[in-house]
Amino acid sequence: MELKDIHIKGIPTEDFKDNEYLENYIKELEANGVNVILSKVDELINWGRSNSVWPLIYATSCCGIEFMSAAAAHHDIARFGMEVTRNSPRQADLMIVAGTIVHKMAPLIKRVYDQMAEPKYVLAMGACAISGGPFVNSYHVIKGVDEIIPVDVYVPGCPPRPESLFYGLMQLQRKIKVEQFLGHKQR
Amino acid sequence: MMEKIKKLILDTVAEAVIEEKQKLTVTVEPKKLHLLVQTLRDNKTHSFDYLVNLTGVDRGEELGVDYLLCSSADLSKEVVLKTGTSDRENPLLYSITDLFETAHFNEREVFALLGIRFINNPDMRKFFLNADWVGYPLRKDYDPNPELNPVSIESKDMVDIAPRILETSDGKLVEEFVNIFEDDDYIINIGPQHPSTHGVMHFRTSLDGEIVKKIDVHSGYIHRGIEKLSESLTYPQILHFTDRLDYLSANINRHALCMCVEKAIDIEVPERAQYIRVIMDELTRIDSHLLAWSAMTHDLGATTAFIYGMREREIILDIFDKTCGGRLIINQNVIGGVMFDIYADFQKDVKAFIPYMRKKLIEYDRFFSHNVIALGRTQGVGFMSKDEAISYAVTGPAGRASDWSCDIRKHIPYSLYNQVEFKEILRKEGDAYARYLNRLDEIEESLHIIEQLIDNIPQGDFCAKTKAIIKLPEGEYYERVEAAKGEFGVFIESRGDKFPYRLKFRSPSMALVSAMPLICQGEKIADLIGIGGSMDYVIPDIDR
Repeated sequence: MELKDIHIKGIPTEDFKDNEYLENYIKELEANGVNVILSKVDELINWGRSNSVWPLIYATSCCGIEFMSAAAAHHDIARFGMEVTRNSPRQADLMIVAGTIVHKMAPLIKRVYDQMAEPKYVLAMGACAISGGPFVNSYHVIKGVDEIIPVDVYVPGCPPRPESLFYGLMQLQRKIKVEQFLGHKQR
Repeated sequence: MMEKIKKLILDTVAEAVIEEKQKLTVTVEPKKLHLLVQTLRDNKTHSFDYLVNLTGVDRGEELGVDYLLCSSADLSKEVVLKTGTSDRENPLLYSITDLFETAHFNEREVFALLGIRFINNPDMRKFFLNADWVGYPLRKDYDPNPELNPVSIESKDMVDIAPRILETSDGKLVEEFVNIFEDDDYIINIGPQHPSTHGVMHFRTSLDGEIVKKIDVHSGYIHRGIEKLSESLTYPQILHFTDRLDYLSANINRHALCMCVEKAIDIEVPERAQYIRVIMDELTRIDSHLLAWSAMTHDLGATTAFIYGMREREIILDIFDKTCGGRLIINQNVIGGVMFDIYADFQKDVKAFIPYMRKKLIEYDRFFSHNVIALGRTQGVGFMSKDEAISYAVTGPAGRASDWSCDIRKHIPYSLYNQVEFKEILRKEGDAYARYLNRLDEIEESLHIIEQLIDNIPQGDFCAKTKAIIKLPEGEYYERVEAAKGEFGVFIESRGDKFPYRLKFRSPSMALVSAMPLICQGEKIADLIGIGGSMDYVIPDIDR
């Protein structure tokens, strides 16, 4: 089956990496057939969802500052409908983990994640959140936030530039767009 | 002068061992330390009333603590005191918290990382680590086995009971537990995941209505163990950690470590590199102050102001980006000079930025500095007196807002700072508004420094040749610089290896946070956030 049109304004599908992953994901989701009507409604819902992702910024260190740059006028995260940063996990769809996560923080990040309402996504921003980064050998650092909570998108960099963050966010939008919302088991 | 201090020390403690190292170093036994510190602090002629740094060291045979004291009137007058105990099972030393408030958090840090407990410290909980952490990481025989300290995702209740050891008047030691809060206190948690604590700070705050009664500071939510990691890395490898401490003063922190190593092994840094370093330092300072300004205005509810500050910041980041490819963390300084030469249009870009920034400063002044709401929420709020600033070791724009002249660039000029002309901004008010204004004025002074240097960058090398493997001769090395938030210090104890034996960073933000319980007491809970914004601390710098 050909790749469903996961359209992101201004950037053709071929320009994205990891398209194969999304194709496999679609195959997996559509293994039991697709309801024609529901899938159309799905598309509408997902169009809305993907363009108004409300992030919760779990900023612990340097990457948080780059997120602030991304949110300010020059880079303007509002172009993606994501400027509504929520400080309450109950109102957020996406948790951006920006910075190192250490032992003392582990129970707290898990708790905040658990408080978020489904459907929820996690973006690991920067080397520390992905793997522990430069501090991987430390006694107090957790080697990647995915040891505690599931991660959807990894954005490498130390810290990543706002542009890389946007690329990661667009990848997340693409993922949201192919999901089936109605009448299916969610993630 | 030195002779007089030596005489004073020997008069107080006859058996003290005095050595002339990089700084005057005095070794005393634990029992005499408190007396000596008190004498040094309280004497009229050479008052050493500013505790710069308190470093715990595992010296192998003994566990010790180094104190760097200096005079608050002249920061270049310094003396190092050393003490230690050979009891590794139950090491006890005497606290100096009653003399210097800043010692409190530092002693708790030493307890968490080295296991030394301090007699008479009012609150001997571990600072960065959880109370149930097994082992003391900075000890040389620490067992790093992850099975001893597994990652736990179970939320635990906060226990507000602090152990402490007191010495009674007849010399007996009494261990006791005290409650941090009273039983019927109403306690709320501000942080650790709170957007206005400027990072992952955790204030347990007890309230009386909307008035702050008491703040209990919990830290360590981003304790990354940088000092321990450094002990197994070479000096050029350690450099990248400095950028990630206070990421807003990244270049200045790195400058400090580079200078410390360069002085230890006598590397002459080329003139061109010095110019590039100072210009980049000052740009970093402006960048940091702009972010502080944006964040503080945002904390007070002015979202537009936040966007304005970030807009100007982007221009500096573009200059960094073009010079070395990094925006926030620029990895520019290396031992011996800088990693990259400036690009062809560097001078043009910086010169275009100076008048632009000046124009914007007027704009900031016009729409926020005289705003009625801003004035009401900052003027007279979060007052800190000069004596308090010195006792809590609050340096930087916050210390200078309390009329304490504490600019290292003036007192101990390093690099090119003795060749440039600039004013040290002092204010007497000591409130949040004075701290706010100080930052804006310091941006102007930084622009003035850059202006003097930008046209005179000499030709030549931008990096001295260094050996492939850098080994520091045996000894102790201190370096102090003025970072954007205050005094940043590096302490290296070397045993002649290519790795440091002990490396400690003096964090300006830790002092700023240690003063928060003091200056927020009796203020409204809503103003706590604004006061935090005016102090402008960075949490990874505290936790290290």
